[in-house]
Amino acid sequence: MSTQTIVTPPSQVAAPPQQRAPAGTRHRVQSRVFGIGRWVVIAAFLIATLVPFYYMLLLSVKPIEALLRDPSSMIVSPSEFTLQTYVDVLAPVASGGQGFGRFLANSAVVALASVALALLIGIPGAYAIARLPFIGRKQVSGVFLAAYLFPAILMAIPLFVGFTRIGLRGSLVGLIVVYTAQTVPVTIYMLRNYFETVPEAIEEAGLMDGLSRIGVLRKISLRLAMPSIMSTGLFVFMIAWNEFLFALLFLVDRRERWTVSLGLSQLSGSVEVPTTVLMAGSVVLTLPIIIMFFATERLLTGGLTAGAEKG
Amino acid sequence: MAVVTGETTSSDTRKRRTLTQRDARLGLWLMSPTLLVVLGIVIFPLLWSILISFQRLRLIEIGRADFFKPLTLANYERVLTSSNFWTSLITTFVYTFGSVVLSIGLGVLVAMAVRQPFRGRTLVRAAYLLPYVAPVVAVTFIWRTMLNPQFGIINEIGQSWLGWDEPIAFLSQAQGTWEVLGLDIPVPTALLTTIAFEGWRYFPFAFLFLMARLAAMSGEPEEAALVDGATPWQSFRFIVLPQLMPIIALLAVLRTIWTFNEFDDIFLLTGGAAGTGVASIQIYNYLTVQRNVGAAAAQSVIMSLILIGLLAIYLLILRRRGERV
Repeated sequence: MSTQTIVTPPSQVAAPPQQRAPAGTRHRVQSRVFGIGRWVVIAAFLIATLVPFYYMLLLSVKPIEALLRDPSSMIVSPSEFTLQTYVDVLAPVASGGQGFGRFLANSAVVALASVALALLIGIPGAYAIARLPFIGRKQVSGVFLAAYLFPAILMAIPLFVGFTRIGLRGSLVGLIVVYTAQTVPVTIYMLRNYFETVPEAIEEAGLMDGLSRIGVLRKISLRLAMPSIMSTGLFVFMIAWNEFLFALLFLVDRRERWTVSLGLSQLSGSVEVPTTVLMAGSVVLTLPIIIMFFATERLLTGGLTAGAEKG
Repeated sequence: MAVVTGETTSSDTRKRRTLTQRDARLGLWLMSPTLLVVLGIVIFPLLWSILISFQRLRLIEIGRADFFKPLTLANYERVLTSSNFWTSLITTFVYTFGSVVLSIGLGVLVAMAVRQPFRGRTLVRAAYLLPYVAPVVAVTFIWRTMLNPQFGIINEIGQSWLGWDEPIAFLSQAQGTWEVLGLDIPVPTALLTTIAFEGWRYFPFAFLFLMARLAAMSGEPEEAALVDGATPWQSFRFIVLPQLMPIIALLAVLRTIWTFNEFDDIFLLTGGAAGTGVASIQIYNYLTVQRNVGAAAAQSVIMSLILIGLLAIYLLILRRRGERV
C-alpha cells in the first residue's frame, strides 16, 4: 500500500506546471516559516516536558514556608535549600515520617518478583510461539490481545472477590500474581519478535550437534536474545512499579503494605502532609524509573543505530 | 539426548516427523505456564465478571459469592436507567475523542520537528519521552500542584504576567467562561484540563511510533517533488502524511482502546468530580461507594460492548479507505 501512495502524490503536486514560478516564492516563504517553526516547536515541547520535572525537584528541596511565601519563584536560594523533606518522607511513621522507606521496599519486592515471574513464564512461551508448531499457536496471540479490550476494572472485580476469599487480597503476593498475569502477554509479544530473528540455521546446527530443544533454547537462543530480555524485564519493572489501580483496590486499608505509588496518592489527598514533603516522595517514586529509562534508552538506540548502519 | 541418538537409526523422513511431533508437544509444555496464568487471572475473571453482572452481589457478601446465584437483569436495568450513565457516557466519548486527537496530533507535530538530525537530538528525544515513562501518580501530583489555585506556578504566572483577574481552579471547576470578543463562551474547564493532560502524557507514545516510521521512509519521493517545485507543506501533505497514515490509524485504534478504559489519570487528577466523571470512575463508584458489585460489573460489560462496537466501525472505515486508496 505504501508503494502506491508514494507513486500517486507527486503527480498531484506537479499537476499545475504554470504555477511553478509563484510556487518558487511561496516555497521560500514556507521554508523559512517551517525552518523557524521547527525550533519553536522543539523549544516549546522541551519546556512542556522538562519544566514539570524541574518543578518537582525544586519543590522537593524547599521548606513549605518558602513555597507559600513566594509561589512564583522558580529557583531555590542556598539559605532555603533543605533535604529535611526527604528525611521526613522516608522515615518510618513511628519516628514522625511518612514511611516511604517501607513503601519503596514494598514496590521493589513487587516489581522485582513480577519481572522474575513474567520472564520465567514468558520466555518459554515466547520461544514456543516463535519456533514450535503446537496446536493453536496462531490463535494464542489473538486471544491475548482480545483480553486487552476489556477495562482493567472488569478483571479487578472478580479478582477482588476471589482474592478476598482465598486471603490473597491484602498481601503483596496477590499484587505480584496480578502484575505477572498482566505483563506476561507483553513479555511474550516483545520476546517472540527477537526469537524469530535468531537464524533457524544456528538452532538446527545446535540440534545436529546433539542438543535437545531445551538445550538449544538455553544455550543458544537465550544468549542471543539477552539484550532484549534485559529491556523486556525493565519494561515489566516499569509497569509494575508504576501500577496504581490494583494496588489501590487490594491494599488500601493496609498502610504497611502500600507501594510508593499508592502511598503518594493516598497521602496527597490529605492536607496534613506538606506539599514539599510529598514532592520529595514523587522524586523518590520517579527517580528509579527515569534512571532505568535512560539506561535502556541507550541500549535500545544502540541496537537501532547498529541496524541502520548495516542498511 | 538418549532419544536423539536412538532416532539416528530410523529413516530421515520419519526422524523429521517425530522431531516435529516432539516439538509440538514441547511447545504446548512451554506454553502451559502462560496459558495457566492468562486463563486463571485474565480470561476466567472476565467470564466471572460477566456472570456477576447478572447476579445480585453487594460488597459485604462477597465472602459468600458463588457461581450459582439466581440470574437477574436488575443490574443492567439499574445502570441503564441511571441518569449518571448517559452523562458519563458522553463525557467518556468527549474525553476519548479529544485525548486521542490531541495526543496523535502533537505526536505528528513533534516527530516532524525533530525529523532532521541536529546536535543533541538524542537527548531531546529522550526528554520528550519523560511524561510517558514517569509514574502516573507522580505526574498527576505535579500537575495538581502546578495548577493549584493557591500556590500553583501556573496561576501565579497567569495572574502576574497574563493579567488573569483571579486564579483558575483548573481541576475543580466544571464550567468556566472564556471572554472572546465580548462573548462569554462556556467551557468545561476540568474536562479540558484532563484532555490537555492526556495530550501531554501520551504524545510521546505517538511520537515514538511516528519517529520510527519516518526514519524508515525513503527520501526520494520528497526530493523528486522538491525538484518539481512542491512547497514544504505540499510535500508533507501529499507525500509524508499518506505514508504515515497506516501508523496513525494503528495509533488511533490503540489509544482509543486505552483512553476509553482509562481510570488512573482522571481519578488521580480530579477524582471524577467537576464534569470529568467518565465511565470507569462511575464503575469504581459503584464498587466502592455504593458497594454494588453487580452494578459495577454490569456497567463494565456495557462499556466493553460499546468499545467493541466502536472498534468494529473504525475497522470498517479503515478497510473501506484501504480499498479506495
